[in-house]
Amino acid sequence: MELALSPEDTAFRDEVRAFIKDNYPAEMRVANPETDLSKEQMLLWHRILHDKGWIAPLWPKEYGGPGWSITRRFIFEQETTRAGTMPPLAFSVTMVGPVIYTFGNGAQKAKFLPRILSGEDWWCQGYSEPGSGSDLATVRTKAVRDGDHYIVNGHKTWTTLAQHADWIFCLVRTDPTAKPQSGISFLLIDMKSPGVTVRPIITIDGSHEVNDVFLENVRVPAENLIGEENKGWTYAKFLLGNERTSMAGIGRSTRYLSRLKKIVKAEIPEDDPAHLEFIRDIARVELDVLALEATELRVVAQMARGIDPGPAASLFKIRGTEIFQDITELTHRAIGNYGLAIREHPVSANHFMPGPDYGHTASEKYLNSRKLSIYGGSNEIQRNIIAKAVLGL
Amino acid sequence: MDIQFTEEQELLRSSVQRLLRDQYDFDARRKIVASEEGLGRRQWDEFAELGLLAAPFSEAVGGFGGGPLSTMIIMHEFGRHLVVEPFVETVVVAGGLIEQAGSEAQKQAYIADIIAGSKLWALAWTEQGSRFDLATVTTTARRDGDGYLLTGEKTAVLAAPWADYLIVSARTSGHRHDRGGVSLFVVDRRAANLDLQSFRTIDGRRAAEISLRGVRGELLGREGEGVAALEACRNRAIGALCAEAVGAIGELNDATLDYSKTRKQFGVTIGSFQVLQHRMVDMFIAHQEALSLMQHLSLSLSEGEAGLSRLASGAKSKIGYAGKFVADQAVQLHGGMGMTDELNVGHYFKRISSINIQFGDPAYHVLRYAQLDAVA
Repeated sequence: MELALSPEDTAFRDEVRAFIKDNYPAEMRVANPETDLSKEQMLLWHRILHDKGWIAPLWPKEYGGPGWSITRRFIFEQETTRAGTMPPLAFSVTMVGPVIYTFGNGAQKAKFLPRILSGEDWWCQGYSEPGSGSDLATVRTKAVRDGDHYIVNGHKTWTTLAQHADWIFCLVRTDPTAKPQSGISFLLIDMKSPGVTVRPIITIDGSHEVNDVFLENVRVPAENLIGEENKGWTYAKFLLGNERTSMAGIGRSTRYLSRLKKIVKAEIPEDDPAHLEFIRDIARVELDVLALEATELRVVAQMARGIDPGPAASLFKIRGTEIFQDITELTHRAIGNYGLAIREHPVSANHFMPGPDYGHTASEKYLNSRKLSIYGGSNEIQRNIIAKAVLGL
Repeated sequence: MDIQFTEEQELLRSSVQRLLRDQYDFDARRKIVASEEGLGRRQWDEFAELGLLAAPFSEAVGGFGGGPLSTMIIMHEFGRHLVVEPFVETVVVAGGLIEQAGSEAQKQAYIADIIAGSKLWALAWTEQGSRFDLATVTTTARRDGDGYLLTGEKTAVLAAPWADYLIVSARTSGHRHDRGGVSLFVVDRRAANLDLQSFRTIDGRRAAEISLRGVRGELLGREGEGVAALEACRNRAIGALCAEAVGAIGELNDATLDYSKTRKQFGVTIGSFQVLQHRMVDMFIAHQEALSLMQHLSLSLSEGEAGLSRLASGAKSKIGYAGKFVADQAVQLHGGMGMTDELNVGHYFKRISSINIQFGDPAYHVLRYAQLDAVA
């Protein structure tokens, strides 16, 4: 299924497609890009896109965006995910960048935006805390004004790729007496500041993606405050909206489905009754993808006409993550007894893995994708949002 | 139907519980899994000392005659503590096969050492392309003097890196899928021409790919009757794995319920949200049903009832799906914490995932359940 494209947009799509084909680094095509690449390797594609001027499709032209229409942005997203390219670091480009150019001052824009675009600065997100997951408004990390600095104390958690980060954008409490949402500020903190400690959290797939970040008497220049003090919740919500838009993950699901089909073909003979069962299960998921893709295209078409999509992002997040979880589960099942094996992290060629290559990451993907229905606002929370904002319940 | 345990069975249960409580908490297990060998030899000795390795065997071969019910009691507790040592592989599977199919000489030679805790065993039946079918065997065995020479590849053999002996299924006649023509052999794991490549499993255990190039094997049971022996063996193994799964499900439910009563968001415990209450009610129901089926299967195994294979497949499927549902939801309801290696919840999830592969996944067994009905 495709959007009905004008000849110009069709030419644009072909250009994007060719550019990916000619320029995507072979070095980044590893078994599991999300866990197997070094920071430098992850940045390779980022730099190529930056040189091309395509690194920040969402951004307005004046800040370094390409000035694309909604349709072109969507085409770019579709082509890059279908081709299995690793998206540039979302925390930098998709999340903090738009907050800075929307709510930041001139000095902040000049200082941070070019370094985000170039990949010079790697950002991580200081939102969740041990006591504040779904209920983000209760963040307890404190920032106390001391002359032209804030003194920050607290504990952030689930901080993705903080081990590579140069900067962290944090929700901090600046007014402990106000109502939860009203006393929060949005603060940018240099990870090299004294008092910042990163502790790895190993997840059930054995990988190291997330971290605890401890902030102990960290002195942060007051000029790193975004917008107004105690207005941070507004900026945080703006950012979360961006986080959820791209979660339908149609391109990724489509790629994993076609891989799954190949695995089933190779692993399960047609006279095995399990074969038919897999064919049916895969078809069901394909229909789920088709329906979600149709919904996404409908929303994109509406947005192109200037209609606010409302909480469509929540719908995409719920279904996109459920679908991908189903696919990883089917893939894990398809490889049969080899599903018992799991790669050891950090990944090394010295560790023996049994069975065909296509099964080597099935276990870890299956385990890792359990997080999808939890992070970025759990699927329960997303359903609450739809119940309230759409159904009026 | 509810099993009223005898005094002896209660004693067995409370002594396993005491041993595991004292020596097999989550930290102790973590150390065992991280150790070079990946299993606790000292814990295995304790199991032997306590008589756990003798419990299911008949008195005739030096056991305590506890049968499948004692296996159920032990495995249920092992499931609660995520015990990694190869009790199923050594005692239930290999021990059971030797007792069922072995000659007097083999019983004497091997069972005493299993009971004493001095030898570990593994069963090598899966091959690339066999998936969950016991009869799909391409490994061959050829007569050579008074023994056999085995050639072929076995895949994902759980506990093989730890084992002293393997029981290997190999073809003595017939074609790739023929039920007849498969025989079982005892092979010394350190025998000449046997190569083993070890790997870690998702649940913190060890397994191996095994390559046999003319390896000497000793026939176990009658030639050509291997599949029938394996089917009976699989029923017993399913009984053990189901009990283990039910133990794990119970722990996950307890942990999730506790967490939902203490974890606060939006100013209240998350257990006060109706959507999570209903989820946990469904988890409770899944546990109750799984527990009942587990008992039903173990009783039937004890009494050797007709239709055992069908019931075993039914239980493996139903308890497998119950385990998957509970494990998914336990991780989901623990939020990010459920994803961490640090918390035990994810480890139960992984053990249940692994049980759901061993001896056939829930989808395989529901189909087999249906097919066996058509036959009857």
